Amino acid sequence: MADLNLTIDGKQITVKPGSTVLDACKQAGIYIPTLCFHPDLTPYGACRLCIVEIEKMRGLPTACSTPVTEGMIVKTDTDQIKNFRRGVLELILTEHPHPCLTCWRRERCGPYDICLRNVDVTLRCVLCPKNKICELQEVTDFIGIDKVEFPYVYRNIPIDHENTSFERDYNLCIKCGRCIRVCQEIRGAAAIAWTMRGSEALPGTAFGISLKEADCQYCGACVDACPTGALMERDRRWEGEKEKQVLTTCPYCGVGCQLNLAIKDGKIMESVPARENDVNRGQACVKGRFGIKEVVHSPERLTTPLIKRNGKFEKATWDEALSLVSSKLGSYAKDATAVLSSAKTTNEDNYVAQKFTRVVLGNNNIDHCARLCHAPTVTGLAATFGSGAMTNSIREIGNAKCVFAIGTNTSESHPVIALEIKKAVDKGGKLIVGNPRGIRLTNFSDIWLRHAPGSDVPLLLGMCKVIVDEGLEDKEFINSRCENFDDLIGSLKNVKLDEVEKITGVPQETIKKAARMYATNKPATILYTMGITQHTTGTDNVMAIAYLAMLTGNLGKPSSGVNPLRGQNNVQGACDMGALPNVYPAYQSVTDAANKSKFEAAWGVKLSDKTGLTVTEMMDAAHEGKIKAMYIIGENPPISEPDANHAVAALRKLDFLVVQDIFMTETAQEADVVLPATTFAEKVGTFTNTERRVQMVRKAVEAVGESKPDWQITSLLAQKMGVKGFDYQNASEIMTEINQLAPSYGGITHARLETGGLQWPCPNADHPGTPILHTNQFTRGKGRFMPLTYKPPAELPDAAYPLTLTTGRSLYQYHTGTMTRKVKGLNDLLPENLAEINPADAAKLNVQNGEMVKVSSRRGHINAKVKITDVSPVGVVYMNFHFAESAANILTIAAIDPVAKIPEFKVCAIKIEKI
Amino acid sequence: MRERILPILQKHARQRESLIPVLQEVQAELGYLPPEAITEIAQFLGISRSDIYGVASFYAQFRFEKQGKYAVRVCQGTACHVRGGKRVLGEVVYQLGIEPKHTSPDFKYSLETAACFGACALAPVMVVDKTVYGRMTTTQVKKVLSQYP
Repeated sequence: MADLNLTIDGKQITVKPGSTVLDACKQAGIYIPTLCFHPDLTPYGACRLCIVEIEKMRGLPTACSTPVTEGMIVKTDTDQIKNFRRGVLELILTEHPHPCLTCWRRERCGPYDICLRNVDVTLRCVLCPKNKICELQEVTDFIGIDKVEFPYVYRNIPIDHENTSFERDYNLCIKCGRCIRVCQEIRGAAAIAWTMRGSEALPGTAFGISLKEADCQYCGACVDACPTGALMERDRRWEGEKEKQVLTTCPYCGVGCQLNLAIKDGKIMESVPARENDVNRGQACVKGRFGIKEVVHSPERLTTPLIKRNGKFEKATWDEALSLVSSKLGSYAKDATAVLSSAKTTNEDNYVAQKFTRVVLGNNNIDHCARLCHAPTVTGLAATFGSGAMTNSIREIGNAKCVFAIGTNTSESHPVIALEIKKAVDKGGKLIVGNPRGIRLTNFSDIWLRHAPGSDVPLLLGMCKVIVDEGLEDKEFINSRCENFDDLIGSLKNVKLDEVEKITGVPQETIKKAARMYATNKPATILYTMGITQHTTGTDNVMAIAYLAMLTGNLGKPSSGVNPLRGQNNVQGACDMGALPNVYPAYQSVTDAANKSKFEAAWGVKLSDKTGLTVTEMMDAAHEGKIKAMYIIGENPPISEPDANHAVAALRKLDFLVVQDIFMTETAQEADVVLPATTFAEKVGTFTNTERRVQMVRKAVEAVGESKPDWQITSLLAQKMGVKGFDYQNASEIMTEINQLAPSYGGITHARLETGGLQWPCPNADHPGTPILHTNQFTRGKGRFMPLTYKPPAELPDAAYPLTLTTGRSLYQYHTGTMTRKVKGLNDLLPENLAEINPADAAKLNVQNGEMVKVSSRRGHINAKVKITDVSPVGVVYMNFHFAESAANILTIAAIDPVAKIPEFKVCAIKIEKI
Repeated sequence: MRERILPILQKHARQRESLIPVLQEVQAELGYLPPEAITEIAQFLGISRSDIYGVASFYAQFRFEKQGKYAVRVCQGTACHVRGGKRVLGEVVYQLGIEPKHTSPDFKYSLETAACFGACALAPVMVVDKTVYGRMTTTQVKKVLSQYP
């Protein structure tokens, strides 16, 4: 469709088709007052403030809901409009204390000045928590109103202080409905709705129950949407205007939400999701919205290097600490040292860490926590497609005709991606959920495959079999783009649907329905996370998913693909940077002689061609005394490793341990030297999110104490050890080195990232980035099918340990809790570990809701509170792994996938006993 | 509770459009909409409880309190207002000891106001269950109520 021309107040404007008159006015730089309008919501036309005159149209249409037509003539500032707006605003102001809003002295008024208008203290703007950042003030000032003919009756509703993140004061509500609409339309939570009607109508919950009971997810979208002081972040009250705003990337999950940090007096006031991007488009979750400033400004931050002397940490200077570390690390044999890098630090930090390992320590013993989450994705997808990352982009999910979400509790772990799933469903797309647990997504799914933990391969092969048997496969795609299809056919011969039903517990008919739904609604996308990977059969699970996509030709097209949702903010980047024992940056194998000589030339040293140790192997090697010293950057193995007791014992066996972190973690307590690092808000760098999008991390505040960025600490250490090639002045220089050595990052420079993220592969400075992988051919050429068979999990329930434990992550805490547990608001929402069990199991064990029980496996035991819920299927117990005092990973088994070396976090046998 | 609601739910499709018919039928079965019923409906239809409460609280026909044996309604429409409907209501409130939209603690009476019964010629009007009492005066209120022990 052609662009449309219109005239606004005599100005000629050309706009895109589909624009509203309000969009056109904005484009023309004409301010139209609005209150119910929100750019992300469907037009509502309730506040009537945006009325305009349009020639040949009756009455005064609202600009927000009137689409532009060719040749429209619009007037926005006639006397009639001004009069009407004043009248409308007067009526709106009967809902809100207005004596100050209409007072010309408002700007000059101090909190306790004597007021000639005799305004009650509770009604004064100057005492409102949102004074000076209030949209209602802005609109009133623009319209210019000096008195309101109608009275305002204070509603006398008590202020809701229930949660520690934000406050609700409905005495200030003007009933624009933005909070409700954002909660329903965008978040799909509908924790609040219009209650009652007429003059009594107000946003509220069912029967006035608390937000927590109403299933609120505390994302804060309502707070950001509120134009008045009715909804207000608690820590932001009375702070007024910000001094500056810094756009950066959220440090929590792999979605990579863009956040605007508001800064005043060198402190973060609030973190508000940014709108102008393709990742989160104005949304965030409770962690990004309310869980940042308390972490960055926590009094528990490490501020100086610490050296352990006689079992006690003592403050030290950088010089002392680095000298000690350098002399120690230099004193061991080449293969007796190892480094754990971090998926929480930037690409630059990770690049320097792996370079340090390879150049300074002279081995490839570097790994990070990707081993514990998506290692099978890397191995499984590398074998089938040639590269292991999300094939498509987040913003495409919303247009999929079918979403198959298996082994992912998206609304808890990747809340903003869950919004895309909801968008797809709202547009008429189908949703298939594969999960043993009744997660939130199952509330609006078309099919829920409730398969037994660890039975993913039979379930997926069963679906493949139905597709092949019923001729629903994309033959052309298989013939032209894939190879070894007969291998899959061979594997499918052994698949019997009645056996699949027995293993998975999913009725045959449901599997058939799901297979047909997935195969016939195109484009279809598959999302998966740890529920697929954290198994001894992780690689097989991932390959089975890849087959399902290849079989139906759902690859290389928009809104299709195989999409592993990465867990940590920069786990994709840490892998890309080569913080892995087998590859250099950009997945160039260390065993390949050509790669080795390339990096030897670049770094000017001899490199080892021996594949290094993985995290799990490092722990074993430390236990056996083969690894003597470790350098751990921002990781917390005592909580995150399976069979955590074993991991702690391994760390204690080390001769020398240096830990670099922002807090005194459980790992840091075991260290000989602790080095204080800066948080994301105090440094410059880049994170690569789950969709391979590299995004800037910008410095918002000064580093606390003597803390330094991770890359700088590692570089200083290398220099101290007398190695050349680590004299970086800033993060941008490191990126330049990455550009030269990592082909997929070739064109990703800090300068380009200033204007927005770039998705790799981006080989040169002119390349626009790659939103969709494998469009014309797979990275490895052809998509490869391989034979697959079902292997049961390593440890199944038996008479002694009759229950299955599966672990996971909650929306309110993050990983080992080193950051989120410093945030009061988050701790209020989920303060402790809960063992979620089915009512039937609870009855059998005779335990009550909230009762403390002893949960034990063959490896150890912990105490936890029982939560009885039918979210957990019969025989399955679910626990979060965030809590050090009740660490679920003491129970989990260290059985690993033979290829990817990932431990089986998702299945182990346990028993529950009354205390 | 669950046993009484489930048969009603199963008659309906799991879609938003079913909400009002479901609410009506559940209310017909239980007499009112208790929180547990809203929870059941929410789980079945996949609509949040707040959303359902929002819809139900909009319509005057839905009640959230257990209803009394007798439904007492006093008209507050224009004609009744002019002829003293407000005083009649005041007397009813005094006699029953409950405010409009509430039920007496012994679950005998539920009091409601109405905007018009279409019997303006008889104003002021009060209605108990299905019987209309016209030309009410405050002195008659006690007499009328005494017929409903």
